[in-house]
Amino acid sequence: MSVPALMSRTSFVELNARERARALLDDGSFRELLGPFDRIESPWLARQNIVPQADDGVVVARGTIGGVAAVAIAIEGAFQGGSTGEVSGAKIAGALELAAKDAKAGKPIRPVLVFETGGVRLQEANLGLAAMADVHAAVVALRRHAPVVGVIAGMIGCFGGMGITAGLVSRLIVTRQARLGLNGPEVIEQNAGVEELDSRDRPLIWSLTGGEQRHAVGLADDLVADDADALADAVRAAFERGQPAEHQSERIAFWRGRLERLPATPEGPALRKLWMGDRP
Amino acid sequence: MERFELRFSGNAPLAGRAHVGVVASGDLEVLMEPSNETVVSVRTSVDGFEKVWRATLARFFARHPVAARIEINDSGATPGVVSLRLAQALERTKA
Amino acid sequence: MSATMSAALSSRGRTWFEAIAGGAARLDGGPASVLAADVAIGGDTVRVISVVTNPDNRFPRAREGEVGLDEGWGVAARVREVFGPEKRAILAIVDVPSQAYGRAEELYGIHLACAAAADAYASARLAGHPVVSLVVGRALSGAFLAHGYQANRVLALDDPKISIHAMGKQAAARVTKRSVEQLETLGEEILPLAYDVRSFAKLGLVHELIGGVDADAPSAEDAAKVTARIADAIADARSRPRDLSSRLASPEARENRAASIRVREALAAQWG
Repeated sequence: MSVPALMSRTSFVELNARERARALLDDGSFRELLGPFDRIESPWLARQNIVPQADDGVVVARGTIGGVAAVAIAIEGAFQGGSTGEVSGAKIAGALELAAKDAKAGKPIRPVLVFETGGVRLQEANLGLAAMADVHAAVVALRRHAPVVGVIAGMIGCFGGMGITAGLVSRLIVTRQARLGLNGPEVIEQNAGVEELDSRDRPLIWSLTGGEQRHAVGLADDLVADDADALADAVRAAFERGQPAEHQSERIAFWRGRLERLPATPEGPALRKLWMGDRP
Repeated sequence: MERFELRFSGNAPLAGRAHVGVVASGDLEVLMEPSNETVVSVRTSVDGFEKVWRATLARFFARHPVAARIEINDSGATPGVVSLRLAQALERTKA
Repeated sequence: MSATMSAALSSRGRTWFEAIAGGAARLDGGPASVLAADVAIGGDTVRVISVVTNPDNRFPRAREGEVGLDEGWGVAARVREVFGPEKRAILAIVDVPSQAYGRAEELYGIHLACAAAADAYASARLAGHPVVSLVVGRALSGAFLAHGYQANRVLALDDPKISIHAMGKQAAARVTKRSVEQLETLGEEILPLAYDVRSFAKLGLVHELIGGVDADAPSAEDAAKVTARIADAIADARSRPRDLSSRLASPEARENRAASIRVREALAAQWG
């Protein structure tokens, strides 16, 4: 890339959730729903002496993508690790439910989810988990009528119940700075021991769950540079592709077949060699 | 977490409202809106610094005597970061 | 099954599968940790699925009844086998301690395996299959999201050993830097932090709590009683919306999930 091109790049990873939602919507179309001045914050955090945030860490914005009505839902990773609480989860599920209603009624809608989270907020535990089940239900209901696009940019990545959500979207876009999984490395080390996974071994962690690895084996669809314009283009292109023939989470025979072809030890490069031949 | 409300004298009207920042370690969120009186509600993760908050905010209002209702959600920001976020918020009310 | 084995919490998924399935033949194929059978309940031929322990599981981190790679895809397959015009009901028997925590699991895409299971249950529900889950032991974290939480109707035994939460107690204590004792005290003060089933029911997430049965060693009468409750839940699910809106409609939800309701109302008002 030329120096001027590099200079004109805007890192998407460095943007906050509001800026990310704005960057993915067409210029000038951003309109936030339940913004900070609506003050619907977590009813549970202050009771545990934790300072809440006015938007509970989720930005929901209407606008257009490629001229078509859209909703961008972006998680703010800097607040409580992007964790899903009752309010932040209800904002995500509720927006997806409304998008499904529109899509079912024949109104075009382009829903995009920007993940940045470790999963359920343990300070809201069962209500975060309930909200996560609502999010899963809403994605499955919505994608019957309109493709749902997911973006994982990094640096936190997408884990826990939201990793399951990422497994449900119609098309998943990642950067090299993204990570995707169910259990974060610290949680695995705490539960299974350092011999199972050394969470401080960063190269190992990235070789298992990093964006490039996920893309190479087909657990992510597009690998895009950390550039706001490039990501907006990729999101628009994903919607223009329309529905996939089959969602990855429906392809039972294919993925079970792959699980019969595993390397001797669970290593990223070895898996790539085995799985790349039939990249989905 | 500690919460307190501080009052200052200010009469310059604000052109609009603004929101800046995030409740992340070493940072804070500021919500600034036009109001008849100048009231700042602070929630901070660090207890025992009300005096420092009062001094930081007094310096801000001495320079910008605005009539504003301000809410601050703080996660251990330094006075320097607090001043910066307040200035950013004020700037955005003009946009 | 011996009395000592049936007393162990880790065997409840198997115990209740056998109690509900009775003499119905276990379906062949699939991983040994995913039990499935077709059982006559209330005029329906119900697909019953339970995830259970398997000490020989090829993935060592999934030997204690966790939902791992083979379990997620295995459950998804068992659910999708039932798809068809008959709209048969599906019952998930839930005693899952967690998702499998392991390096191999992450590399091979356990998040997608869990998504496949959740997808299958949700798609079944949306297609008009009544989906009921019966919580008999632990319903924890990603494991519950994959196996049971997409049901139209969640039933649970009213039993003190049942545990429902976003993360097991020990792990949650480590992650939140609290002691187990602190977590337990907090759970008494803050409803969503509690692990017990009665607190969970107060969140409006349970269709019915079933009391008066021996959760560890159900008698034939206990099994019949629970089966009757399952039949009622299936009938109820058939006549109601296919989404999860019932979870926000109860008096309990209106009180303790008020913010979930308020967010939806405010979003709808601003949607445009």
